[in-house]
Parts: sequence; structure tokens; C-alpha cells
Amino acid sequence: MPGAVKTWLARHAQTLVGSLGRIVQYPLATLMTVAVIAVALALPLFLNVLLQNTRTATANWNQAFDLSVYLDKKAGTDRAHALAKRLRTRADVAAVRVITADQALKDFRDTSGFGKALDALSDNPLPNTIIVTPTLAASTTEGTAALKTSIAALSDVDTVQLDTDWVQRLNAMLEVLRRVVWLIGGLLGLGVVLVVGNTIRLDILNRRAEIEVMKLVGATDGFARRPFLYSGVWYGLGGGLGAVLLVAAAVAVLADPVENLAGLYGSSMRLRGLGILTAAGVLGVAVALSWLGSWIAATRHIRAVEPS
Amino acid sequence: MIRFEQVHKRYSDAREALAGVSFKIDSGEFAFLTGHSGAGKSSILKLIALIERPTRGQVFVGNQSTASIKPRGIPQFRRQIGVVFQDHKLLHDRPVADNVALPLIIAGYPKREIDKRVRAALDQVGLLSKEKSRPLELSTGEQQRVGIARAVVAKPRLLIADEPTGNLDPDLAVEIMQLFKRFNDVGVTVVIATHDVHLIDRFSARRIVLDDGRVIAETGNTVPQDGAAAGAGPGAAPIAAP
Repeated sequence: MPGAVKTWLARHAQTLVGSLGRIVQYPLATLMTVAVIAVALALPLFLNVLLQNTRTATANWNQAFDLSVYLDKKAGTDRAHALAKRLRTRADVAAVRVITADQALKDFRDTSGFGKALDALSDNPLPNTIIVTPTLAASTTEGTAALKTSIAALSDVDTVQLDTDWVQRLNAMLEVLRRVVWLIGGLLGLGVVLVVGNTIRLDILNRRAEIEVMKLVGATDGFARRPFLYSGVWYGLGGGLGAVLLVAAAVAVLADPVENLAGLYGSSMRLRGLGILTAAGVLGVAVALSWLGSWIAATRHIRAVEPS
Repeated sequence: MIRFEQVHKRYSDAREALAGVSFKIDSGEFAFLTGHSGAGKSSILKLIALIERPTRGQVFVGNQSTASIKPRGIPQFRRQIGVVFQDHKLLHDRPVADNVALPLIIAGYPKREIDKRVRAALDQVGLLSKEKSRPLELSTGEQQRVGIARAVVAKPRLLIADEPTGNLDPDLAVEIMQLFKRFNDVGVTVVIATHDVHLIDRFSARRIVLDDGRVIAETGNTVPQDGAAAGAGPGAAPIAAP
């Protein structure tokens, strides 16, 4: 029946606005509740932003299965190129690149900032190096290990370094951090439920007389509970918005230093904040947690209010 | 309309508020429950409104045993009863009209219907001009009339009142009683608990006198079976002269 639906919607809209009006009547108390929710949500959210950015920054390192082949100091540039030519013929090698000792020293001088100190050296301490990129098929832990052993056995080769160990460690560490962020997020989410629940509980105690009157004239528990649920929704919306703003502010504060830091490592990485979708998700989660808190408190405590 | 059968009510402090009360109030009656304070008047009203449950015995309201009403059914049950309290129990944070509208909002009436009925109820108690006032801006007598408007706005067939004139001076008290009488004249069953014997002496109404949780005296059914007063409209209340 459209008329009944209209009445029902109008009633809910009225309660929604009414509960907003009521909580802004006590701006300080409301602000405190909203601020607690905002901070509680902002912390895991911000950690997550940092984590996501770290993962983005290191994502291409996962494919960094290049082998660095350091040659004997005695082996000259000609021998390095000859060895490179031999390596190119291997079936498990995709690309080979020679970095001569002179070139390496030049690169190091340009990027490290130790230019003056390097001038003090009488001769170049760096060896000729060959960077070997395995084929995709060989880019497995076993494949690269086999390639490493095979190359290390060649003459003129001093050491072969395979830099996957620390990448694996980094990934493991990020996984641990990711779980930690989820744990913190879960605990603080529980905190939001409890904080809102407690606020609503106090609200119900303050309005006990009103709830009694409503029940005396025939209100169901559900009817008496409704304004408190909407209060919860407002708290959640305010807290979620606050959390998004806090994280946005933190990202803005860190953006320049991070870009600067990345630049020093020769990267053009920029700190990425919350996307629109994530922000909307945060608001949704905040409203849901807050609603849950108010639902639990209101259901419990309104049932206990009986006219006498 | 209301029937008590050997009703006992014992509160947690072991005091027996009602000790085997039986009486019957017919539909359309105007009845006073009297007796000194603590005699059990309020307990009876609480049992009728399902604020309390009897310890023993049966309470029937509108031919339905209240024992058959589960907690979930209480709100729906209360919507059929208008209740007036000594302390009015108005909500001070909203205007008079919103207070009166409360039972209709709870029952889910459409807004247009609510506005119409609220104005009619306020008109009946003579407070139409005060619909936008806050309860605390009104006198005690006016607040009680708001309470009555709220009790009758959903057009209940039963109106119960607990010491509705308890805080009023005698002239105002008579006015309030006349108001109740007018609703009774249009067919509403009215039950009023009061200890004010002088006041009820001025009304020719059914009386149930209580003492220490028992009915000690009772006047008969005063519903005019010949319809002498039944046709009288509001304002023409057949009230005995002082």
C-alpha cells in the first residue's frame, strides 16, 4: 500500500532528522564520541595506507630475479664481453648486460654522493659485472638457483649474487604487518562498537522517563529504539568522515617528504592516499560498527525500561 | 469491559497490595476507585494497563484475559486504552501538539490524520490555542488537560486515570472531572482512581471503595439503561449540583 509506505518513510526520515537534531544539542559530548570513533578508525586506516604504498613501491621487486655476476679483477673488459656472449646462448637466459668497472664507478660516483671520496682512490675497486636475466620459465627459485650454480662454475667468475632472499624476507615482513594492521583494525573496530554502545546507554538512561511514557502509550521496543539507532548512524557517519579527513591530512603532511625520499632512491613514487571507493567503504564500515554498537545497547537497555 | 476475579497482587516487598479483589465494570460506565492511599487503587489500574501482572486471580479487559497477552502483545493492547497520570507524564522537550500526537505516531497514522485528530483532541480539552506551547509553559491544570487529550486522541474505548486531580485546586479538579464525564457521555468507559471523597460526592457515578487491598463497599451500576443520559452530547454532562 503506497500510502502506508509513504507514512513509514516519512516517519523514518523524521526520526533520522530528529535524532541528528538531538545529538547536536549536546555538541561537546557528540564531538567527543565522534572524535573517539574517528581516531580509532584513522589509526588502522593510516597504517593500511602506508602498507599499501610500501607494497606498490616494492611490487616490481618481486620479479627482480636478475643475477649479478661479478668477475675476477684479473678479467678485463674483453673477457667480460666474451663471457656475456657465451651466456646469451643459454636457453634459460633471456638477457645479458655488461657493466664495465669504469661504467660502474661512474654510476656510483654520480648517484652516491661520494664523488670526492672516490677521487682519492688510486685505482677502481669495482670489478666488471654481468647482469643476467633468466627467462620467465627459469625465473623460479629452483631455476635461478640452478643458473647461479652453473654460472659460478665458469672461469673468470668470482661470485654470483642472487638477490631474492631479501625480497622474500620483505614480502614475509609485509605479510606480518598486514596481519598486524588487521588485528589493530579489528580491536579498534570493537572499540568503536563499545564506545557507541556506552554513549547510547547513557543516552537511554537520560531519557528513561521519555521511553517509559512512550511504552505507556503503546510503543513497541522497536519504536522506542529507533531514534537511538539513528543516533548511532550519525555517530558512525561523523566518525568515519573524521577518520577519512585525518588520514587525508596525514597523507598530505607526508606527501612531500616521501616524494623527496623516493627521489633520493631514484624513484618517482608518490604517496597514494585513500581512493573514493576506500573512503566510501570506510564510511560504510564506520556506520555499520556504530549502528551495531547502538543496536546492542538500545536493545538491551530499552527492554529493561518498564513503566512502573 | 473490566472484570477482576479474586485478584491478588503481592509486590517484591511481600506486602499484599490486593487481597482477593473481585468487581466488574460494564462498557460505558463511569467508575471511581476510592480509598485511602495504599488501599490498592493504583495497583488495580496498573493491572488493567498491564504495567503489572496479578500474582493470583484473573483480570479481564474487554472480555480478554490479560493473562493471555504476551509481552510482545502489550504495546498493541495499551493502544486501546487511554491512560491519564497524576504527574501528567508529558515530554517537556516538545510542544503540546507533539505530546498529544505521540500515541498516533506510535500507531503509525498518516500525518494528515494525526494533525486532524490532534487538533480535535486539543479542541475537546479547550487547549487548541496552546498547541505550539511547551508543556512547562502551561499551568498544572492545563498540563493535565494535555495529558487527557493525549489519552483520548486515539479514541480508546477505555480511559483510566490515576489521581488525575491530585495536584489541582478544587475548582480545577471539578473542571477536569467534568471533562472525563463528557468523554463518558459519548460512550467511553472511564475508571478514575482518587482519594478525594468530597470531589466524587458531587458526581453520580459508580463507586468501588477499597481498603487494605479489599473491596469494602460498592455502589451499583449507574449506566442509565433507559438511555436518559446516553444521548447527551459533550458539554451537557449530567453532573450533580454541589
